[in-house]
Amino acid sequence: MTGTVETRDPSRSQDQGRPQGRNRLRALLIEALVPIIAVVVALLIGLIFIAITGRDPAKAAEALWVANFGSRRAIGEALVSVTPLIFTGLSVAFAFRAGLFNIGGEGQYIVAQLAAAVAGYAITGLPGWLHVTVAILAGALAGGLWGAIPGLLKAYRGVHEVVNTIMMNYIALYLANYLIANYLKAPGALPVTPEILPTARLAQILPPSRLHTGLFLALGAAVLVYLLLWHTRWGYEIRAVGHNPRAAEYAGIDVPRNLALAMLISGALAGLAGTVQVLGVQRAFYDPVGGFVGYGFDGIAVALLGRNHPAGVVLAALLFGILDRAAPTMQAMAQVPKATIWVVQATVILLVAADQIIRSLFKRRREVAAR
Amino acid sequence: MGNILEMRGITKRFGPVVANDGIDLEVREGEIHALLGENGAGKTTLMNILYGLYQPDAGEIRYKGKPVTITDPNRAIELGIGMVHQHFMLIPPFTVAENIVLGHEPGSKTRLDRAGAVEKVRALSQEFGLKVDPTARVESISVGMQQRVEILKALYRGAELLILDEPTAVLTPQEVQELIGIMRRLVEQGRTIIFITHKLKEVLRIADRVTVIRQGRNVATLDISGRGAPGPVTPPTEAELAALMVGRAVSLKVEKGPAKPGEPVLEVEGLECLGSRGLPALKGVNLTLRAGEILGIAGVDGNGQTELIECLTGLRRPTAGRIRLRGQDITRLPVRKRFELGLAHIPEDRQKRGLVLDFTVAENAILGRHYRSPYCRLGVMAWQQVTAHAQRLIRDFDIRPPLPGTRAGSLSGGNQQKLIVAREIDKEPVVLIAAQPTRGVDVGAIEAIHRRLVAERDRGRAVLLVSLELDEILALSDRIAVMYEGRIVAEMPAEEATEETLGLLMAGGTRSGAEGGVAR
Repeated sequence: MTGTVETRDPSRSQDQGRPQGRNRLRALLIEALVPIIAVVVALLIGLIFIAITGRDPAKAAEALWVANFGSRRAIGEALVSVTPLIFTGLSVAFAFRAGLFNIGGEGQYIVAQLAAAVAGYAITGLPGWLHVTVAILAGALAGGLWGAIPGLLKAYRGVHEVVNTIMMNYIALYLANYLIANYLKAPGALPVTPEILPTARLAQILPPSRLHTGLFLALGAAVLVYLLLWHTRWGYEIRAVGHNPRAAEYAGIDVPRNLALAMLISGALAGLAGTVQVLGVQRAFYDPVGGFVGYGFDGIAVALLGRNHPAGVVLAALLFGILDRAAPTMQAMAQVPKATIWVVQATVILLVAADQIIRSLFKRRREVAAR
Repeated sequence: MGNILEMRGITKRFGPVVANDGIDLEVREGEIHALLGENGAGKTTLMNILYGLYQPDAGEIRYKGKPVTITDPNRAIELGIGMVHQHFMLIPPFTVAENIVLGHEPGSKTRLDRAGAVEKVRALSQEFGLKVDPTARVESISVGMQQRVEILKALYRGAELLILDEPTAVLTPQEVQELIGIMRRLVEQGRTIIFITHKLKEVLRIADRVTVIRQGRNVATLDISGRGAPGPVTPPTEAELAALMVGRAVSLKVEKGPAKPGEPVLEVEGLECLGSRGLPALKGVNLTLRAGEILGIAGVDGNGQTELIECLTGLRRPTAGRIRLRGQDITRLPVRKRFELGLAHIPEDRQKRGLVLDFTVAENAILGRHYRSPYCRLGVMAWQQVTAHAQRLIRDFDIRPPLPGTRAGSLSGGNQQKLIVAREIDKEPVVLIAAQPTRGVDVGAIEAIHRRLVAERDRGRAVLLVSLELDEILALSDRIAVMYEGRIVAEMPAEEATEETLGLLMAGGTRSGAEGGVAR
């Protein structure tokens, strides 16, 4: 009997949960519209910014196009920069679903690169398919372990993962510096490991670009993450823990175990970003003497823009990869400083983070329509 | 007495939803007027209109005989209308005095006269007999005192008509008693009070008159106390009020035959544990629960009931003692094992423990059994089965809206509770632990949940009912145990228990004292 009364409660009628059928489609559309509008607005702001600084926006836009879609090679190279972002974006999104904030993508990326590179040049005598598999697993495992350490500390000792993952980034960075300087450096002046064996390489798929099969791994990972989160028991438990750990505990779900597991998987995903860079692009581990390369941190932005959903992450990685790729070309062709691209990226993030602004526009329109 | 307030034909729509559908309300000067209705009936919307938070789509408000337009709360305060919201609007780190004078601070433009503020608050608190400590920080005072601060805040701003939104929802029985005293005093001093509630007992206890609202319409205005009425008054009964409120006859009394207790299924011996602050919370609890009976645990909040439930369900580790379920020692078993052995648990806090609010109804309906066939096979979720299961529970327990894909957090409190009760009963447990099964739930839903618990008993299940509502304990239990300071201090068949005996025992009196009518 109470139900008939409930429908009259104004505060509830506006949000009837995950809607069904057509309503659900509409809700998804609105969900997707926020990032899309954010991107369009950010691009417009970028163009205005370029115009204000006295450069030619049309030329900048042309440069963006040429850099990413101008040729077969450009398309391939654009996807090369998209690939690791898919992985790091998935990494952050996955941890987020368990209620964790993994800022340790950089560290997980570095240790995975080290592990994959060592496995790639030190292991010999394996057939190609097996060697590359072993190298990929080595990278994923290293990243996973690097994520699991703060995961375990969070789960069983209550240490906040944000602090620990940040510290683990620096441990990874200096560990890599140390190992390269003392043990793993290839002969020569560069701080780099020996090149991996051809058997450990990821195959190229769009020559003359460097695009490699790692892209398929990334897309496969997105599908797997989706299936894991929404179609398995472990995903159900991880999401329950992420939404309400006390209810999960009540239901007999092992909360600490799930937290640790989520960080392991998140770390492995960030690790795979580093792994495919080594096996597909760099062919060796380059010591990041200048500090972090940034894929791990960019993963946070990608996950945010992608609404922590695998499909959204893939699209967001596409956008960020394209923008990254366009920056140097824009500088060369249109004399637009690289920083302009960062302005655009930052604007996107700001608008998505402040999505209530865009949402309130919708709400107002709906209210007007209702009157 | 004349009318201080007249609201006529108030209508308010939110999109397609009509929250107020031509409501008329007349409030006499100097009376306590109850606004009774179920959650979502439109009471709060009506009061928010009066307080200027919403603008009505149609209708007229006359205050002290003059038509008024209340554009915002500032205008309402100017007119002399004050509102105390259900969720307090106080700033916890500020002192009581600072909170009260906020917005109308004494002193110059740049300087706050703190001593003056304290003085004013002290004077005001004496004038109305509302005891508060003006220098205490709000975060460190009891909920009851916070409420008095809210009332003083309204009075400080010159309120003559006070709106109290569900003022008793957060109070202990003693604090309720105090609040009633305060309300009476305020009325004696010429103030008028409208209080919003869905509790029938309170209406009959406190109000001079009541207006019942159902589905956005007012269905009746009745005299209760007879104060200010032209002639003698026969107040309505609880059942009559309930029927008006729900729209059909509601049985307030639980129909139940005698229990047929069977084997002991849950045995607790010498159970001890620490509370969240590290102090002993249970100090040797002994209990035996038999199949086919309802054992009620009565007690004032904070006497170890929460810890007892947590120990029984595996959420808290006992430091000593033993728990046996059907003869098997479960003292150290994890939560899931206990569920598998036949325990089910309706937790006392449905939003924090019982539900994942961001999950759908269907996802919540399998919480705790999500890893088992048929909902999950070889680690893969069988969503069709999950949805079918949810549909069955929705049908059996009349959960609204009847959509498995609805986010659980958007259900009303009553429907959330029904979902939990449905889920736990559906486990076909040996022992059902029901903690506060009807807290914050509408009359209609209370009736349904009570009927279900008795039905479970009649099917041979054992029910451990833990409740702070003495009425509920008395209505449902076959046996009653009283908890006080971490111990079971008395146990008796329900027919021997009265409200007075239990009340004394709950306050730490002895049984002989209770029976002799003298407190220890």
